[in-house]
Amino acid sequence: MTAALLLIVPLLGAAALVVAPARHAKWIALVASTIAFVLSIIMAVRFGPLWTSREFNQIGWVGLIDAFGIRLSLGADSVSMLLVLLTTMLMPLCIWGSFSSITQRLREYYGWMLVIETAMVGVFIARDLIFFYICFELTLVPMFFLIAIYGAENRARAAYKFFIYTFTGSLIALAGLLYIAWQYAKSRGYHWSFDIETLTTFATDMSATEQAWILLALLAGFAVKVPLFPLHTWLPLAHTEAPTAGSVVLAAVLLKLGTYGLYRFVIPMIPLAVVEYAPVIAVLAIIGILYAALICWVQNDMKKLVAYSSVSHLGFCVLGLFALNPLGVQGSVLYMLNHGLSTGALFFLVGMVYERYHTRDMDQMGGLCNRMPVWAFFMVFFVLSSVGLPGLNGFVGEFLCLIGAFTASADNASYPGVLGPWYAAVASVGMIFAAMYLLIMTGKVVWGPLKEPGGHGHAGASRAHGSTLPADLTLREIGVLTPLAILCIYIGVQPSPITTVLGPPIDRILGNYPETVERLAQPDLRPEHDVIQVSGIEQGEPAVSGHQHYSGGADG
Amino acid sequence: MADRLPMVDKLWFILPEVALFLGVVVIFIMGLSHSKRVRDMLPMITCLSLAVAFGLTWWVYEGSRGQTLLSVNPNLMLMPMVGKYVKMSACAIGIILAMVSVGSVDRRLEAAVAAGHLPFDPIRANRGEFYAFFLLSLMGVMLTCNANDLIWLFLALELTSLPTYIMVAISRPPRVAQEAAVKYFFLGAMATAIFLYGFALLYGSTGTMILTEMQRAFAAQAKADVVNSFGIIGMILAMLGICFKIAAAPMHFYAADVYEGAAAPVTAFLAFVPKTAGMVAIILLLTTLGWSGHPSTGLPEPIMTTLWMIAVLTMTLGNLGALLQRSVKRILAYSSIAHSGYMLIGVIAGPANNGINAVLFYLLVYGIMNTAAFAVLAALERRGQEIETMEDLAGLRIKHPGMAVVMAIASGSLLGVPPLLGFFAKLYLFIAGIQAGQIVLVVIAGLNTAISAWYYLGLVTLPIMAKPSAQSETIVRSPFPWPRIAGIVTAVAVVVLPLFLGPLIRASQAATTPASLTTGVTISK
Repeated sequence: MTAALLLIVPLLGAAALVVAPARHAKWIALVASTIAFVLSIIMAVRFGPLWTSREFNQIGWVGLIDAFGIRLSLGADSVSMLLVLLTTMLMPLCIWGSFSSITQRLREYYGWMLVIETAMVGVFIARDLIFFYICFELTLVPMFFLIAIYGAENRARAAYKFFIYTFTGSLIALAGLLYIAWQYAKSRGYHWSFDIETLTTFATDMSATEQAWILLALLAGFAVKVPLFPLHTWLPLAHTEAPTAGSVVLAAVLLKLGTYGLYRFVIPMIPLAVVEYAPVIAVLAIIGILYAALICWVQNDMKKLVAYSSVSHLGFCVLGLFALNPLGVQGSVLYMLNHGLSTGALFFLVGMVYERYHTRDMDQMGGLCNRMPVWAFFMVFFVLSSVGLPGLNGFVGEFLCLIGAFTASADNASYPGVLGPWYAAVASVGMIFAAMYLLIMTGKVVWGPLKEPGGHGHAGASRAHGSTLPADLTLREIGVLTPLAILCIYIGVQPSPITTVLGPPIDRILGNYPETVERLAQPDLRPEHDVIQVSGIEQGEPAVSGHQHYSGGADG
Repeated sequence: MADRLPMVDKLWFILPEVALFLGVVVIFIMGLSHSKRVRDMLPMITCLSLAVAFGLTWWVYEGSRGQTLLSVNPNLMLMPMVGKYVKMSACAIGIILAMVSVGSVDRRLEAAVAAGHLPFDPIRANRGEFYAFFLLSLMGVMLTCNANDLIWLFLALELTSLPTYIMVAISRPPRVAQEAAVKYFFLGAMATAIFLYGFALLYGSTGTMILTEMQRAFAAQAKADVVNSFGIIGMILAMLGICFKIAAAPMHFYAADVYEGAAAPVTAFLAFVPKTAGMVAIILLLTTLGWSGHPSTGLPEPIMTTLWMIAVLTMTLGNLGALLQRSVKRILAYSSIAHSGYMLIGVIAGPANNGINAVLFYLLVYGIMNTAAFAVLAALERRGQEIETMEDLAGLRIKHPGMAVVMAIASGSLLGVPPLLGFFAKLYLFIAGIQAGQIVLVVIAGLNTAISAWYYLGLVTLPIMAKPSAQSETIVRSPFPWPRIAGIVTAVAVVVLPLFLGPLIRASQAATTPASLTTGVTISK
């Protein structure tokens, strides 16, 4: 019941906004999202000690299509639960953080924020494929409006690109998922089921060729969302143009829908294809890490820099997932949370500067620690967390991802993998790049002699733009950032509660892998060897030819 | 059963049509009245007759007499329960369409008189015949469902189309509308000739006009493995002719011009009513040939290939065509073409895979969401003229927030964004297609949906986000509230009906239940 309430409360808030006067809009939204946060905590507490038990709230909804067994069923494992908590915790902060920056069309703005909260939570707790897809797609609509109405100059183009990219991708992913459901129905005399558990069990037995096609289809949907290297081009634009809270939601939660999709569908459903193509995906992830990091290095626009750093960071996340061992997957899930906290906070910080100076150009500002010491403190803090300084949260996830990839070689006794030390070694160059570009930004903006954007001497600027913001952060802004900072420290110092609760579900989804990897490692036992050869993936250097295959297929 | 008179039994099932016909007569007579107050009541009488027909349909099919008749004589109609579903949805959407039409015909004429373009003519100040033809065309749709022989089917289809030619012609100031009407009429006549020729060949190959007997004849031929090739050719010709009614390739060329030329309410009518009649006719005709229930061996290969090509061409040409347009009506015309293509997926999937239910459900949903979009066009005007171009819609929300939201919801639903109604209808069709093994077709439809995102997003963003253009500044509400109300009602339905998806889908499933059509052979008593 808590789960259902969690979906309904933000929607009720949004409905209330339709009739409420605009001046109360922000408070209604704040209250609704806070209630949702409390509900998610209740749900988490009732989850049982160590969250090892699974809660299934099955609600046979009167609505959906009976002929095809489409139901509304909800449930969560600890990965879903953590992501739900991340979402519900961030939403009140996003809403609170928007109090000063949004001045027009308030009701719509907060309404869309609440709708997107429902959609995101829905994705994480859906146990029915169609309901998952509905929520997955529903996230597009509010974000489209948030970018297109409240964004910067290029907002229309950014919103269009964002919508069309992700809409097309997820349609293809839907085709892949429907294919699994169809095969399942066919084997059961057309008794359709869209239950994710059922279909997951069923899909693992499909042939390697089928699994490869399904992998391609699912990647089209999820890799766009993550985003994985050749499909990332929508992200910098959307992030840069979105309003601050929109960027925070995008970076902190929406991108996680992609990695969550990989975790929930790709890894457990199609092990044969995953083992076959994990190196390809890992190479794409590493290209993303390095390529995006290099782009960050030459950015002048702070927001764009943080946006590209998301592409780079999510590469680690994918790399950890496809290490196919518990360390890597734990690291990946942890990375999802950490990236949500640190990058979310960085977007807030960039937004706070933008609100004061109306520019994000790093060349125009410098030495802001003189003018805004509190802002500078948080900036340095979250940059360090994002870089992966030991003791803060970023380090734990990054380290686990890399160690997972490092140990994912074929000779690993308990969890043989298909990656290996080389993957980790190349990827870890990305950490060095991350330190460089983020610290360069910090150096330019925070330290050095004070330089304020031309004609924007602080006092003049705020008056000229009718802004009532003081030079440094207000208590509200500090209040937005502090919870994030506390969590960063907590996860950095004491990650074990989280890694412990992540254990059981991750062990379960990885259950098939040691055996599958063993089997596929012996060439004479490879299933449908001839088919794979025909498809041309196997010839030559697997990573390179596979890469072309993927980028070509997914673009088309 | 020879002792029963099937015609009398059939008449029982057309009681709703009889009621509508009485409404038509009343409207024709009242439309001649000198009193403007009497003439202003016509839209209300139209809605009232439709409401009566709606209730009667339910009573006729669910009442004990109807149930007995159906169980006693399974040869009465090919798919008896389709009638209940289609008639009830046609009446319900007909009421909405009548609301959208209020004022469109008479007011434009009054404006022309006031501007001195036409001499004053008290008799024509409120045109009763518009609403009478409106009802007659809906009657045609309802009669199509009851058709059990080719003559009836032909007459019903023509009854659907003929009034629409006149409706197009009288809906707007003469020049534009008459061009559209003439185009529509001549192409329609050609299409009629084509399907009539097909009907003749069907008769020649089976020796019967009666659909249930034709079904048996085809079943016997299929059993002997010699389906008459005249029958196949006849069926293909009949389908091509009916493609005109549903605006499917290769008979779709008229759609954009005619939709643009007619007044918005009439266009909304054209997009739903003939399409429904055509779809029902195609379903009935193909049922005689019989989907055997097996995905690959159901319909004969040539029919399957033809349908497949029509479906792909229709949705692709529709969506690509829409990308090039700047007029909202033309966009919606091409979108109407594309949606016919989607619906053909369900026809190809056949009843065994829930395909027919999916088509019937889609028709209803399409009627609702498409009417919402056209209601917006009908509810607004600039100096007595309809709004047409995309620029007119820009920044609509500043002055007409309600209509802007209705437009956005309708377009989102037409695109198939969850959780709006259109998404579920499309999903239902796609799953049916997949169950029939038509993966390629469904993938093509998916890609088409992605293409359509581009222009539907334009319809969403322009009213909600764009700055008002110089053109859109001058747009005002039309003096009649009813189109606005219709728009709001349909938009709310698009948002709220997904909560009642279960009953709606069950209704569409009940429409195809007597299992006779899944087996391809009539159940013997």
